[in-house]
Amino acid sequence: MKKKWLVHLLAVLLFGLLVACGGGEESGGDNTGSESSNENGTEETAGNGDGEQKRHAFVFKNTGNPYGEKIMEGFETAIDETGGEAILRSPDQPTVEGQIQIIEELIAQQVDSISVSANDYDGLQPVLTKAMNQGIKVLSADSAVNGDSRTVHINQADPEAIGRTLVQAVAEMMENEGQFAILSATSQASNQNLWIEWMETELESEEYADIELVEVAYGDDLRDKSVSETEALLQSYPDLKAIVAPTTVGIAAASKVITDKELQGEVLVTGLGLPSEMAEYISNGVSPWMYLWNPLDVGYLTGNAANALVEEEITGEVGETFEAGELEGEFEVTESDDGVEILLGDPFKFDPDNIDKWKDIY
Amino acid sequence: MVTRTIENSQPFSWKRLFLQWEWMLVLLIIAIFMMNSSISPYFLNYTSVTDATMTFLDKAFIVFPMVMIMLMREIDISVGSTVALSSVVMATAYNAGLPMILALVLCLVVGALCGFLNGFLLVKYRELSAVIVTLSTMILYRGIAYMILEDQSAGDFPTWFSFFGWGYIGTIPFILILFIALAILFVLIQQKTVFGRQIYAIGSNPTAARFAGVKVDRIKLIVFTLAGVMAAITAIFLTARMGSTRPNVANMYELDVIAMVALGGISTAGGKGRMLGAILAVFVIGYLQYGLGLINIPAQALLVIIGLLLIISVTITNLRVKKRK
Repeated sequence: MKKKWLVHLLAVLLFGLLVACGGGEESGGDNTGSESSNENGTEETAGNGDGEQKRHAFVFKNTGNPYGEKIMEGFETAIDETGGEAILRSPDQPTVEGQIQIIEELIAQQVDSISVSANDYDGLQPVLTKAMNQGIKVLSADSAVNGDSRTVHINQADPEAIGRTLVQAVAEMMENEGQFAILSATSQASNQNLWIEWMETELESEEYADIELVEVAYGDDLRDKSVSETEALLQSYPDLKAIVAPTTVGIAAASKVITDKELQGEVLVTGLGLPSEMAEYISNGVSPWMYLWNPLDVGYLTGNAANALVEEEITGEVGETFEAGELEGEFEVTESDDGVEILLGDPFKFDPDNIDKWKDIY
Repeated sequence: MVTRTIENSQPFSWKRLFLQWEWMLVLLIIAIFMMNSSISPYFLNYTSVTDATMTFLDKAFIVFPMVMIMLMREIDISVGSTVALSSVVMATAYNAGLPMILALVLCLVVGALCGFLNGFLLVKYRELSAVIVTLSTMILYRGIAYMILEDQSAGDFPTWFSFFGWGYIGTIPFILILFIALAILFVLIQQKTVFGRQIYAIGSNPTAARFAGVKVDRIKLIVFTLAGVMAAITAIFLTARMGSTRPNVANMYELDVIAMVALGGISTAGGKGRMLGAILAVFVIGYLQYGLGLINIPAQALLVIIGLLLIISVTITNLRVKKRK
């Protein structure tokens, strides 16, 4: 009989705990969102009319991705500068399902804009259409959604320039001869696929006649999978001379495998990587040099574009320009494959000469 | 020696009603609603509360057969992969020219076959445990899905198909109506039919059930096939929601479903727990996730909270079972 009461007691405790949590969260909601939500926590509940603080959300592919953290940091900086509130969300797995659920929650909160770095090019179309129908401005950044699902896309750099630059780099490293492989993110990642297409286009040129792309492997932007895919590449192609990883997770994983197996100089790694993660491998020669844009700037530009859309400085028509806070110059809305986009700039080269300066920045 | 009676027609008592786990779950749902409305101004309105169900009910269809499976002391961890495979087959068949209606039927057939294979292996080779059998098929089904689509996505479904994921009948989401209808059906099957009671009998003591003339193998085959069919229904709703599909959809759905069933008070030792508990647990987890999402808590914190909720609830249900010894 006593145990029955124990069960009841536990039930009441659990109930009380939940309600207490509710009360606690209400007064201290700052620990969950961005810092700026704290100061204006009470005002938000009043409504969403003009003059209210604008709320801009960013949804990245998944949590625990340092590159994504930097984009969101830049986004938050830009939103803070405009006096708005930044909401930063990511699912725990890099799935479309997870992003749909988060976007639904953002729609229910009646945010002013949603920027998304998509896990699939088409899979978010229904939920983003729903958002746009409710007057929410929708942008994609870094990893695009299709043209019908967004107003504008913020592109890190010209995909053509990235693809061609990577092939030119790997060709130089391999002295124009031998086999190389690509280690990509997920097979649906729209930006990686576009870059790989441009790499293949560049490879058709005659000067690369002696270079062979043996395989495109997919590490899904997961560290362990990228490691095992790299190991599989080394197993399958004993003559492999280089790995090009157009993803920050992939290039770090590949460099680590090469370092651990002491294959420095035999298999070279290049691609797109974070300076802080790659400094070690650029110094030890595993990766002679690599490229990236500044993810902080990508996020910063996205935040400014989101604000410009919400404030109706731009509407997403080709030819419109706007200024993005501290970034130099004006940014123009240009036409892309199936929509419009805003380009950040050219990829930036990191080599042993400049890596020490950048590794502490991001 | 543990002896258990099969609950069937005990006299009604208010006291027992309020000591039931299901009642606790109702209290939990009320608590979560109170919490959600106090932490977010966007929770407590009709659209928000009904639209939320569209975000978590897709996987909940698998909860029904999973309750039956776990009542029989078995488990099925291949359901997530079954969702992926049936979804991928449906999309591929449609893109290859099959009319959408037939593609939907094909989706259900593929799901049923996947479930049947699980059940068949289990009754054919009784010495194999369900974890191992369904672990193998989990890998197998996912692998086939990858072979079919080869890391690509498929879609371009007809417009009406999106109704499954986004449609309303009146102002109620279609998925909620179907879920409630099936929930009533499954509660009746589980608690009121001979079939349902035989499942309890198998869970309480498989050997005794077999000697008592319960067709254990046949029931297991039916229930596992049902799990496949429900996974296919999940596939239809999930695919409609995304408008396209890939071989890696429904990743870890099996764990979400098992978590809901466990929170629903179904004992992993078999024979204990009710369908209604698991159905309520779907809403407990669903609304908890949604409410915390509305205040934008990080995904990792959400995992911690749901993990804690599970530990607490499993501990309490365990206390309950001990009490009856």
